[in-house]
Amino acid sequence: MPDIVFRTEGVTKVYDTGELKVHALAGVDLELFAGELAVLLGPSGSGKSTLLNILGGLDHATDGRVWFRDLELTKLGDRGLTQYRRDHVGFVFQFYNLVPSLTARENVQLVTDVAVNPMRPEEALEQVGLTARMDHFPAELSGGEQQRVAIARAIAKRPEVLLCDEPTGALDSKTGVQVLEALKDINERLGTTTAVITHNASIRKMAHRVIYFQDGRIARVDVNEHQISPSEISW
Amino acid sequence: MRALDKKLLRDFRRLWAQALAIALVLACGVAILLTTYGMYGALEDTRTAYYERNRFADVFGDANRVPRGVLQDITAIDGVRTAEARVVKHVILDVPGRIETVTGRILSLPENGVAQLNLPLMRQGRLPDPTRADEVVVNAPFAKANNLQPGDQFFANLNGQKRELTLTGTALSPEFIYTIGPGALLPDNKTFGILWMPERAVSAAFDMEGAFNNVTLKLDPSAIEAEVIDRLDDLLDPYGGLGAYGRDIQVSNSFIDAEIAEQRNGSMILPPIFYGISAFLVSMVIGRIIALERSEIGLLKAVGYSDVEICIHYLMLACLIAVLGTLLGWGVGTWLSRAVARIYARFFDFPYLVYRVSYDAYAISGILAVLSAALGAAKSALSAARIAPAVAMAPPAPPRFKRTLLDRVMTVLRLSQPVMMILRSIVRWPVRSALTTLGLSLAAAVLVASSFFSDALDVLMQTTFDQANRQDATLMFSPDVRETALTAVANLPGVLKAEGQQFHAAVLRHGHLEKDTPIEARRPGTDLSRIVNGRGRIVDAPADGILLSERLATHLEVQPGDVIQIELKGGRNETHDVIVSGIVTQYFGLGAYMDLESLNRLLRQAPQITTANLLVDTNQLPDLHRVLKDTPELSGLVMLNEMRRSFQDTIRQNITIMTSIYVVIAVLITFGVAYNGARIQLSERARELASLRILGFTRAEVSFILMGETMLLAVLAQPLGWLLGAGIASALSKGSTSDLYAIPLVLEPSGFARASLIVLGAALLSSLIVRRRLDRLDLIQVMKTRE
Repeated sequence: MPDIVFRTEGVTKVYDTGELKVHALAGVDLELFAGELAVLLGPSGSGKSTLLNILGGLDHATDGRVWFRDLELTKLGDRGLTQYRRDHVGFVFQFYNLVPSLTARENVQLVTDVAVNPMRPEEALEQVGLTARMDHFPAELSGGEQQRVAIARAIAKRPEVLLCDEPTGALDSKTGVQVLEALKDINERLGTTTAVITHNASIRKMAHRVIYFQDGRIARVDVNEHQISPSEISW
Repeated sequence: MRALDKKLLRDFRRLWAQALAIALVLACGVAILLTTYGMYGALEDTRTAYYERNRFADVFGDANRVPRGVLQDITAIDGVRTAEARVVKHVILDVPGRIETVTGRILSLPENGVAQLNLPLMRQGRLPDPTRADEVVVNAPFAKANNLQPGDQFFANLNGQKRELTLTGTALSPEFIYTIGPGALLPDNKTFGILWMPERAVSAAFDMEGAFNNVTLKLDPSAIEAEVIDRLDDLLDPYGGLGAYGRDIQVSNSFIDAEIAEQRNGSMILPPIFYGISAFLVSMVIGRIIALERSEIGLLKAVGYSDVEICIHYLMLACLIAVLGTLLGWGVGTWLSRAVARIYARFFDFPYLVYRVSYDAYAISGILAVLSAALGAAKSALSAARIAPAVAMAPPAPPRFKRTLLDRVMTVLRLSQPVMMILRSIVRWPVRSALTTLGLSLAAAVLVASSFFSDALDVLMQTTFDQANRQDATLMFSPDVRETALTAVANLPGVLKAEGQQFHAAVLRHGHLEKDTPIEARRPGTDLSRIVNGRGRIVDAPADGILLSERLATHLEVQPGDVIQIELKGGRNETHDVIVSGIVTQYFGLGAYMDLESLNRLLRQAPQITTANLLVDTNQLPDLHRVLKDTPELSGLVMLNEMRRSFQDTIRQNITIMTSIYVVIAVLITFGVAYNGARIQLSERARELASLRILGFTRAEVSFILMGETMLLAVLAQPLGWLLGAGIASALSKGSTSDLYAIPLVLEPSGFARASLIVLGAALLSSLIVRRRLDRLDLIQVMKTRE
């Protein structure tokens, strides 16, 4: 019996804009397992990001239930979700979301300042191969480097799960591969459960499982018996 | 240091220009509050301590000649703790080396040499020997102004006898913190001094043995002052009582009261304006920063920062601005307090240095600065804390523009697209536009209010000196002399013209309202000292009736045609009904005017005069002074030309300093509001403006959109600024009105024009500084930036 990290039951999310109700998620049942690298694939608006936000405690589900291990996220208030994010989750975003007024090291420190048992910022940056660029500001780093700082920031707290929303979306193929290598490396060495959203189908081959989204629902789940290395991927 | 704190400091450094612009406005508020509140506290505390230590009396009474025995009755009045009788006289002094005649006020010191009330505080030397008739102590500022040292000698005309007096020491007294001579407008220590002399010598010189003409009382804390004054009046009236009064009318104390009130008003009117504007500017800037850092806020929340931490982060940024403003304000305020203290030192004679601003004033001004900045940032900081992390990460929805009536009007008017962009932006953010307009209008208002003072004082001086009091000098007699003495006065060397004037102590009553004020009487057609009516015309007091100054009429609630009761003090104390025949303008003192003949008819005596107003040939002044020093009946002399000059110089100097300060303040407010407004617009519209540049708009056309909004709001702010300025001027005029003086509300078109020119100029300059940034805009970079 695999160790279940996330479990969702009939999760729905409705955005009410007044004139229009948008069903971003229309009943999602999913389990994510400890140590796995899952890729969430699907067209824009299929509900991937919404689900990731709910799993990460950034957003509330309209209906349904979500558990992180024994903790029912759907029962938590804002304060509880903040604590949950602080203790368990690492995020990587498409646009890196680095604070421009802080250096690479300081951007990582932003997380280590509030985490319970973090790595040293230098150690996290070393994991993504940025030891030499630690004291550079975001504006002095390339896109790939910025995204690797974002990954270092995400893993510095030694999170149990790493949630990545289009981590390569803003990068070219070569730098994108470097970022994927960093993610794969973290997943393998630290055993961090990693969920990666993408609509780049070629990335799916590095995952243990591929979850396909369509119209707010899971269309199907594929299991990869053999994962390829990121270096074999290109787009 | 935590990474979030590093971000805070770097954000603050990056925003330095905007932060400084706000901090300067805040600094004005802090500095003014520190100075006014600090000076208010310092004056109040020192005065209280000084009064207590030197036993300043609570009630004062003057009469012509009261037998000593009455003092027992006075002491027996319910509520009186101590009563001290004195002989007080005005005398002419002849100080070696000084050509001008000097006026002195002699106060007797009790037999044992130690005063019980109004204790003189010795600064130098010793008290006079009670047995000596030629020893005196003078007030220290008088000694200093006339270079007198203990052991020096000078002459005094004591009741017709010229006596050589030896100075044994110098002193200060709580009775004479503000030492102003009779008929003077400002203290002049060169020509007016206080002399303390043993009672035996004073009584002998003025034939006052076994009698007194002045009494001062200290009351029990539970005593009711008004009742004691009434009882004292009853006891003094048979002996020519001139009306007892409390500290509120005591000359020195009432000037300090006026100054304390001015500082208190000052601390309540201006600082709130600055704190308010700063709060608005902080809210504008922090609001924009939070809008720009939306995704960073999302990120901070995603990594586990709590709502409270994020809220505090942005509040801290506002607090840093407040701290900068506070430090600047404390620096300027400390300097300003010292400058005010130097002015006080010139006019007020306190024995010890009180001009230390209390820690309270520093604390209050600083805390209010932090609170106002935090309040300004609160709304935005709370919204940053409340925004859901997932929402924060998504780009903000574009602002909603709706077609309104304005759009239809603009279409009909065929306005150009840039003009429409300006107008739509103003309408789209109505609160911000309104507050920007309000801020700029307050800058104009401050200037209108400051030019009001200058214009008002012009009118005041013109009316007082050019129209009402045109004499070169005024001679004072004590007691009053027959009007026929004018012939002798006219024959004094250098006197070209002499006119008499009588001042008679009186109580004016209308219903339950009453006021102690002397009645001034003169012959119709006098040319030197004249009465000016409300329309600036010269009038004479009618043969039957009384003219009242506006403030007196307001106090008594009377109008022309009403009948008031006058009680003439100092003699028979008879009461008469008199009709108010008109209201006149007067800025100094509370005037009540009657015809000389009519007043003396009520007094049942031949016409008498208290003063003689002179037109003098200045070449013969030394001769005149020489003769006056030996004139027995004379109790004082005021040289109006010198007084005018020194008054005008002092006022001009003060006005110049004050006006310059106000201009700086207005420019800082304008800069703070206009610069921040334009910077925020640039930040919000960078993409839009860059798009226009890419589409082929010139720099000037794009700048027009950016600067147009600020300048349009600045222009709209002017009428409101004029209105607010007139309101502030009116409040200042009302606030500065006391029994001592009134400042007329004078608003000249030039004052409004000057205010608008300065504000519009400063607004234009601020926008031009921002325009330079627009010129340097990297078009491609801006377009790449994710909103």
